[in-house]
Amino acid sequence: MSILVNKNSRVIVQGFTGKEGSFHASQMIEYGTNIVGGVTPGKGGHTHLNKPVFNTVEEAVKREEANVSIIFVPAIFAGDAILEAVSTGIELVICISEGIPIQDMVKVKHYLNTTNSRLIGPNCPGVITPDETKVGIMPAQIHKKGRIGIISRSGTLTYATVDQISNQGMGQSTSVGIGGDPIIGSDFVDILKLFVKDEETEAVVMIGEIGGSMEEKAAMYIKKHFNKPVIAFISGQTAPPGRRMGHAGAIITGGKGYAKEKMRVLKDNGVHIVENPAKIGLTLKKVLTR
Amino acid sequence: MKIHEYQAKRLFKDFGIPVPEGSVAYTKEEALEIADKIGYPCVIKAQVHAGGRGKAGGVKLAKDRDEALRFAEEIIGMHIKNIQTGAQGKKVRKVLVEKGVNIVNELYLALIMDREKAMPVIIASLEGGMEIEKVAKRHPEHIFKEYIHPVTGLSNFHNIRLSFKLGLNKTQRGIFSKLVSNLYKLFNEKDASIVEINPLIITNTEELIALDAKVNFDDNALVKHSDIMELRDIYEEDPFEVEASKYDLNYIKLDGNIGCMVNGAGLAMATMDILKYYKGEPANFLDVGGGTSEERIKEAFKILIADKNVKVVFINIFGGIVRTDIVASGVVNAARSLNVNIPVVILLRGTNEEQARKIIDESGLNFISEVDFKKAALKSVELSRGD
Repeated sequence: MSILVNKNSRVIVQGFTGKEGSFHASQMIEYGTNIVGGVTPGKGGHTHLNKPVFNTVEEAVKREEANVSIIFVPAIFAGDAILEAVSTGIELVICISEGIPIQDMVKVKHYLNTTNSRLIGPNCPGVITPDETKVGIMPAQIHKKGRIGIISRSGTLTYATVDQISNQGMGQSTSVGIGGDPIIGSDFVDILKLFVKDEETEAVVMIGEIGGSMEEKAAMYIKKHFNKPVIAFISGQTAPPGRRMGHAGAIITGGKGYAKEKMRVLKDNGVHIVENPAKIGLTLKKVLTR
Repeated sequence: MKIHEYQAKRLFKDFGIPVPEGSVAYTKEEALEIADKIGYPCVIKAQVHAGGRGKAGGVKLAKDRDEALRFAEEIIGMHIKNIQTGAQGKKVRKVLVEKGVNIVNELYLALIMDREKAMPVIIASLEGGMEIEKVAKRHPEHIFKEYIHPVTGLSNFHNIRLSFKLGLNKTQRGIFSKLVSNLYKLFNEKDASIVEINPLIITNTEELIALDAKVNFDDNALVKHSDIMELRDIYEEDPFEVEASKYDLNYIKLDGNIGCMVNGAGLAMATMDILKYYKGEPANFLDVGGGTSEERIKEAFKILIADKNVKVVFINIFGGIVRTDIVASGVVNAARSLNVNIPVVILLRGTNEEQARKIIDESGLNFISEVDFKKAALKSVELSRGD
């Protein structure tokens, strides 16, 4: 088993014929992801990478029975692209695009609440279930099938973490990049709720960062409902307040969002905290062999 | 993006939010000219992107011409220091000269984007003129909030509820409602992330006036607002950061001596964290992004070595889709063309890392190639101590 995506996922790509969309679609196809088509308004009826192109998500969903959409459209249009996908009732939308205006995300977030669709991202590397499917932009070769679930607000730091875990001889059930924006579709708690039910996941690694309070929320959930070991690293322990550290969401404001506080709350609620980012894999191994 | 108080007040005026009469001055002569025009007493306020101006002596009330001249002279050119500005502080280049007003009561009013609830929230308090975080800690019951759901937008009930909680009389309630509506309009139309009036004063003639004004904008939405983009004041930003922004590099200057070059924001923060963990001091945060072309690496190098505090450079690239051997060639070429002569510790992990290390090792440059995050960090810290 796994969460969110598996070998049966039927994936369409929004922004299919663009530079980013084309590149990553071909990488996903190479990995074995079942890309059933793509969407680029005005290019419907053509084929691209030997897959059908549709004008609208609605058409793609109807014709190809797609249940997952991955979005690569420019930030200024990405909010609309998410709304379009969600309006079709599609199960899962994964938005890679970075730089969506926050007011667009306000609309997206509240519209989502009225539907059964789930959004991962934006500003994220996507989701991978090793050896089954990759719906994202992560380097596939570092991943290994296994029993560790990963939830992360970061991109390359997640890859470095996966690499450490694989080097310790462990693999991943599913790795989920939830995104680095202040408003995102799914937070740590949303994904923990899926991992708790997944029999193949025996432990979870959380990669949080400064800004907001979703790590604190996760700590409360873990204490009450999560019975598997959780290891967490919070980046930005040395970040100055008031500065946006690359990610739009990684900012300490109004005395809130410090890494130290997040680490304290997580630790108090039974999470294994790793202070040194070079030791995430090692700590995980120790916790599991204890 | 941040703007100055005088720019925020111009925006307020455009949106029908009352502000004191006043204007910006770059010299003491200009300041005096404005003061003479609006009359005394007047207030001279440092215009700088830093909080705590009052405490630092950057805001003064001048009762006459002599004082106005003296205060303007004192404030223009002074440095305002606080936790955000770093040790150097920020130089004041201009002042806002404003008419003094009669204050009966001071309120606090702000609109911010609440990321947890994913909607804007109005925050109001009877304790104007204070730091709102401190009020929130000491007297949370003195702070009133109204969340604005995107379905309703700002509705009349929000204003009514707030104005009764603030204990405003009938005249004041009417004025307050209009003011909040205008503030919300500004917030929405200009994609602001914060609009703050602290204090919002009530005068002896029952007027409500924004005595201070702070507006920040959502950087992601600036592409939609060329008028707002024009308000950017690069003199308020670190010169290295301005240079970096030209090449779309995400750079933040810090006070240490280990220059960092990393791909990805999370890994860049983690790199700072590990250096600090081993008692080193990062000189900066720098995310070179996913592309990591030779051109970008070169520009990043230029900025790192231009910082005279930097004694060693730590390059940490996790190559996934980007092949690390290509990154390695880029780094070597950039270092050669720029004559980089300080030590460089380089950690390249991911696709083709063996070839990448070979390129680095055979380059003949002063590069130390590491294969382990911990060892690379320890080496960087050791070299930063210069022994």
